[in-house]
Amino acid sequence: MFEKLQNLDRRWIFLFVLLSVIIPLLFPLGLKLHTSPPVEDIYNYIENLPEESVILVSFDYGPSTEIELNPAAKAVVRHAFRKKIKVVTMALWPMGAQMSQNVMKEVAEEFDAEYGRDYVNLGYKAGGSVLLLSLKSGFAQQFPTDVNNVPLSDLPLMNKVKDYNNCALVVSLSAGVPGIREYVLIVNTQFGKTMAGACTAVTAPEMYTFLNSGQLMGLMGGLKGAAEYEKLVGIEGNARKGMDAQSVVHLVIVLFIILSNIIYFVGEYRRKRME
Amino acid sequence: MRREIPMAITTITGVIMIVVFFVPMWGHWSDIFLKWFTVIAGFALVLGAGSLLLVNLNKISRKASGWGYNVILILGLFVMAGLGIFQGIKPGTPYDFIFRYIFTPLSATMFSLLAFYIASAAFRAFKAKSPEAALLLITAFVVMIGRVPIGEVMWNWLPWAKALPLTTIIEDWVMGCFNTAGQRAIMLGASIGIISTSLKILLGIERSYLGGGE
Amino acid sequence: MILAGLSNLSGISTLAMAIGQQITMKHIVGTWIAAFLTICIFSFLYDDNPLYKFAEHLFVGVSAGYIIATTYRNVMVPNLYGNIKTGVMILVKTGSFQWQYLSFILAGVMGIMLLMKLVPKFNWIARWPLSFMVGTASGLGIVFTMEALVLKQVDATLVPLLVRTASNSIQWSSTVQNWFMVLGVCSGLIYFYFSKEHKGLFFGTFSRIGIYVLMMAFGAAFGYTVMARVSLLIGRMLFFRDQWWPVFKATFGIEG
Repeated sequence: MFEKLQNLDRRWIFLFVLLSVIIPLLFPLGLKLHTSPPVEDIYNYIENLPEESVILVSFDYGPSTEIELNPAAKAVVRHAFRKKIKVVTMALWPMGAQMSQNVMKEVAEEFDAEYGRDYVNLGYKAGGSVLLLSLKSGFAQQFPTDVNNVPLSDLPLMNKVKDYNNCALVVSLSAGVPGIREYVLIVNTQFGKTMAGACTAVTAPEMYTFLNSGQLMGLMGGLKGAAEYEKLVGIEGNARKGMDAQSVVHLVIVLFIILSNIIYFVGEYRRKRME
Repeated sequence: MRREIPMAITTITGVIMIVVFFVPMWGHWSDIFLKWFTVIAGFALVLGAGSLLLVNLNKISRKASGWGYNVILILGLFVMAGLGIFQGIKPGTPYDFIFRYIFTPLSATMFSLLAFYIASAAFRAFKAKSPEAALLLITAFVVMIGRVPIGEVMWNWLPWAKALPLTTIIEDWVMGCFNTAGQRAIMLGASIGIISTSLKILLGIERSYLGGGE
Repeated sequence: MILAGLSNLSGISTLAMAIGQQITMKHIVGTWIAAFLTICIFSFLYDDNPLYKFAEHLFVGVSAGYIIATTYRNVMVPNLYGNIKTGVMILVKTGSFQWQYLSFILAGVMGIMLLMKLVPKFNWIARWPLSFMVGTASGLGIVFTMEALVLKQVDATLVPLLVRTASNSIQWSSTVQNWFMVLGVCSGLIYFYFSKEHKGLFFGTFSRIGIYVLMMAFGAAFGYTVMARVSLLIGRMLFFRDQWWPVFKATFGIEG
């Protein structure tokens, strides 16, 4: 029995993981979700911004982490539009340009937000932290046009949003490098802008150092962070839909680890007794 | 001269950046360099794609095993690049169609495979063989259970749950204290490494970025 | 059967979906392609196979194509061509040489020099722009890393070791957290200091504590990594539930 379990074909584990995702998605458990202070801080900050304020949202991720960061992006943008806050987006990742086009189109249609007046998509630029530094003398320095090559001078919103100083908050939706780290390095530390971040769960532990040092005002870590923001904004997005499955899979993996440890210690005990 | 001039360029541009940091009124010196950087970094991305193209063309010309797959790769590259360059990248364009329905599922599924492998690896390798490993295991358990709604439900069964909320344990203690202390030590160590390597590059001690040969 | 279903749909351009969105023909075809490719990738879980290899190569090719197109549209057109065009137009119209625009000719030349990396005989030419990029990044790296990642982080570690509340009583939780933070960071750094053997009362003890602190951080990182990977899988399953299933029903005319 123990030998069998010890040499368990990995495909059985795969099957268990798959089932523990599928079953809660088909039959939701309706587990209650609690919000945490780092997420509440972002929500409260945006909630207290005056109308017509501008936030800069940077899409620093691609489709591989779409499920973790798209819900966060949509929730933040929805919150902003609901508060009549203007949104300027840009991307440090090439894929971010298309991610932001699709997210903004979807949310803007919901709120009847007008492109050029309520939001602008600056698109992608290469360079990471060097790019962020060069924007000190104005967005137009590096973004003469928007994502679809429309001159910034043709977009009314960009006539009043010239540089970081016109943005009340900078939010980086980050899946790695370049991302939150580069924004903290340049936009927060050099230019003193208030920064919030939404990141993949993989990078979240590192981001807590920035949260602790005050370089980040708030943080949404992974799907859970996005789900919390969705709850605060009052929407039932993909992040909240996935929370039950997330719970069950975590539980299954923990049980797997406990089982493997029992097998290991029983094996060790038997080996020692044999010796 | 094929190595000396590039080394001089590295030192000069690096020193300009440092000087401008301390004397911001000379910022215009570096401004143009920063703008050029974006363009050259763009070419660097094209270089990566070009290198991929050459490797695959080489495999096809040699008729290496599985060369048919390399043809698919090159087709994908040309179709996507061609559509984006000639027809634009707006939502609703053919380029956007490929992005939504081909690139996105491929990319997301490719990375989602890791969910299976991390579970399998955890089952095989995650053993509390030493006090250090046990500590790692316990912290991982606390985070895995505590950061999902089911953890809250389980915690609320405990008698002291009201006095000590799970959010406080996870946010203030595990992530905000234990994790931050460790991550900060790693960050400080890595940052000192970055600074010393950058200094070695500017002083011409570290030259590996120039590659081999004359 | 699928084709029959699709041909039924082609007569009507859209179908109302249960969730209130519109299913277009494009969406139906796209979703079926996405579902097929998702299955192709998942097939690797059983074993390596031609379908997976096909999807894998397509992914790499499309990624590279995407990067080329986005870089062309978002970087080359506005930042290189746009600036040079503006500079040339000013030069032609007014005769004034605008360095801020025309200097991008140099950036373009450096970019082309970088592409010489692809030609073995001339790849040394690529060292010039590469050196420019390395020099710029290194110079900035020194000052910004020092300020944002060293000084700010050290500053955040210099916390009071005795925290009092407004009523002057000791706030134990913050006090213990601060002690742990200071000791944790210092001992973690001692563990990374390899120039001295980790032996003796000071180095031995603190490097040992350092290992424990790092293990806790790695444990948290592992927990979060599991969370991230599982989220990605949930994303794909949500695709099947919320996007593919309605399309499946529309394709085969299943009600409800």
